[in-house]
Amino acid sequence: MSSIRTLSPPFVLPRARLDDLFERLRARGYRVIGPRVRDGVIVLDTVKSSADLPVGYTDEHAPGRYRLRRRNDDAVFGFVVGPDSFKRTFLVPVQRLFRARRDGDRVRFSPEPVDTSKVALVGARGCDLAAIETQDEILAEGAHADPFYVARREAAFIVAVSCSESRSSCFCTSFGTGPRPTRGFDLSLTELLDGPHRFLVEIGSAEALEIATELGLSTASEQDQGAAAGIALRTSRGMERQLDTQGLREMLLSRLEHPHWQDVGSRCLACTNCTAVCPTCFCVDIVDKSSLDGESHERTRQHDSCFSADYSAVHGHPVRNDVAARYRQWLTHKLATWIDQFGRSGCVGCGRCITWCPAAIDLTREVARLRDDVSLETDP
Amino acid sequence: MPTPKPKPKPKLAVIKLASCDGCQLSLLDCEDELLAVAGALDIAYFPEASSRLLKGPYDVTLVEGSVTTAADRERLAALRRESRLLITIGACATSGGIQALRNFQSYPELARSVYAHPEYLDSLATSSGVAEHIPVDYELRGCPVDKSQLLEVLIAALHGRAPRLPRHSVCLECKRRGVVCVTVAHGTPCLGPVTQTGCGALCPRFSRGCFGCFGPSDTPRVQALAPVLASVGATDTDVARLYGTFNVGAPAFGDEHRVRLPVVE
Ligand code: SF4
Ligand code: SF4
Ligand code: SF4
Ligand code: SF4
Repeated sequence: MSSIRTLSPPFVLPRARLDDLFERLRARGYRVIGPRVRDGVIVLDTVKSSADLPVGYTDEHAPGRYRLRRRNDDAVFGFVVGPDSFKRTFLVPVQRLFRARRDGDRVRFSPEPVDTSKVALVGARGCDLAAIETQDEILAEGAHADPFYVARREAAFIVAVSCSESRSSCFCTSFGTGPRPTRGFDLSLTELLDGPHRFLVEIGSAEALEIATELGLSTASEQDQGAAAGIALRTSRGMERQLDTQGLREMLLSRLEHPHWQDVGSRCLACTNCTAVCPTCFCVDIVDKSSLDGESHERTRQHDSCFSADYSAVHGHPVRNDVAARYRQWLTHKLATWIDQFGRSGCVGCGRCITWCPAAIDLTREVARLRDDVSLETDP
Repeated sequence: MPTPKPKPKPKLAVIKLASCDGCQLSLLDCEDELLAVAGALDIAYFPEASSRLLKGPYDVTLVEGSVTTAADRERLAALRRESRLLITIGACATSGGIQALRNFQSYPELARSVYAHPEYLDSLATSSGVAEHIPVDYELRGCPVDKSQLLEVLIAALHGRAPRLPRHSVCLECKRRGVVCVTVAHGTPCLGPVTQTGCGALCPRFSRGCFGCFGPSDTPRVQALAPVLASVGATDTDVARLYGTFNVGAPAFGDEHRVRLPVVE
């Protein structure tokens, strides 16, 4: 496991003072977005205080199934990721790009202003941080940096949470992205339930250190640090799901004509849910809208998916008519060609696509089925 | 120099076949935009809204309702000849509507069970969408159609471009809006994965399963959805009912409706 990048020794925050942290963030002009219960699910939305968090709730995950349950304690973060990810905050689902208006014989363009309002994300897990880093590379750092993404990203303060328990869809350990946040946060919390309810607070940025100082937090004891490390170790060891990443890219790309694609294609609904919940998928569609009088116009972009037929439309007709081909596009992009494009995996092991696939299609299982068939192994 | 005559406004006709008028009402329901529509188009034939009925040809013809009589068919053939753009609006006009349930039963028996004197009836044995009879330029789905999609086809027609009518599943719209999946989280049967978008995910937004009023999506995997519906407790009868509504006349939905119907001994 890579070492944790922190700026100071960790602190300890009593549970009763969690709201002071919220208050500090608000005082610094941040709107806080974090987990909260809506319609029987833990979603990400604006939270005002710790009372808005899913205190005492937990989640059950299985392929194609999610249920909210009560816990028998008052854990604040005793659950894992829901259908939402912080992708919704940075690469918003629907983004206006510009408006245009006819002005005599000219056309005047008004670019959409970028959103620089400060947002604090509370409850980002290790896999979430890896997903943000993955999208940063594409949308903030690459040759095609997106000003809307960059503005929102720069205005964000990230409060990570170390996972005390994993759920059956989780497999972050296969990619080394969790369960304990190691980088990419301002501040990271590990919830300690033994003894007095408290959090170990790790510091990842100068601003986080300022906040800890403002709060007057005391330094964490050796025991508290040991307890946090123990929790992370227990969570790692308890993770049931695994994806064998050894030679994964080569394995997938050598089986592009494998009959198993038809098998999964016959079960897949081409419904787009997996790509929509995936925190790294970044595909968008451009939508133009004109007014009735033809005098004004606006362009937006919105989340799209390689599972919809028109995604692959060239000259009006989709080239990927076959659902098997669409599933193959998704899986090989996530796990193989993403590496060619961006030098890393497009999957961070968050398990969202497994839980939220209505057809209970589980990419780790599909990969295992493809891998098990040695008959198609090509000689290196 | 004489000032050029203003370009005549494109003539709009709104025609009704077998239907409930709900889709035409969606046009009258465009309150904010209605005046602008009336300003941009010459509403030449719209009996629901005005008694001024001008003859064709028309630039844009909206057709509501399904084809249920031989007279409908003749009328459509004539309409097609006198319409530059012909756009069908709503589930009835695009797939035959709820009245296409009769396609799955014996027509003479059905007529006898409803009418004391079925011999006075002059109708076809089936209810079908307009595109089965004449070529159609664009189809607007829904029961009823969505107001903003209706405006989009009119705007596109005015400016001579193709309208934007996405064909993907309702699911993508749910996810864009942050709507919780009712199947995965609540165990509620939902036709969203096989249904075309356009409604703004109206039903799931209220924690209800989609009942497919926008008809089959670009890739309606009804067979792959069958085990999903069964896994959340939907029986064959439930599934037959789910598909047996406004778009039962669309082959993807109708076939599944027929397969799941209980066998009558
Ligand atoms: S592919 Fe699935 S498990 Fe991997 S990051 Fe995306 S949603 Fe998570
Ligand atoms: S898997 Fe599909 S939707 Fe996701 S980034 Fe790749 S092409 Fe886009
Ligand atoms: S894999 Fe599952 S979530 Fe993804 S498109 Fe297919 S059925 Fe939908
Ligand atoms: S969710 Fe389904 S049934 Fe409801 S309005 Fe939309 S298409 Fe119709």
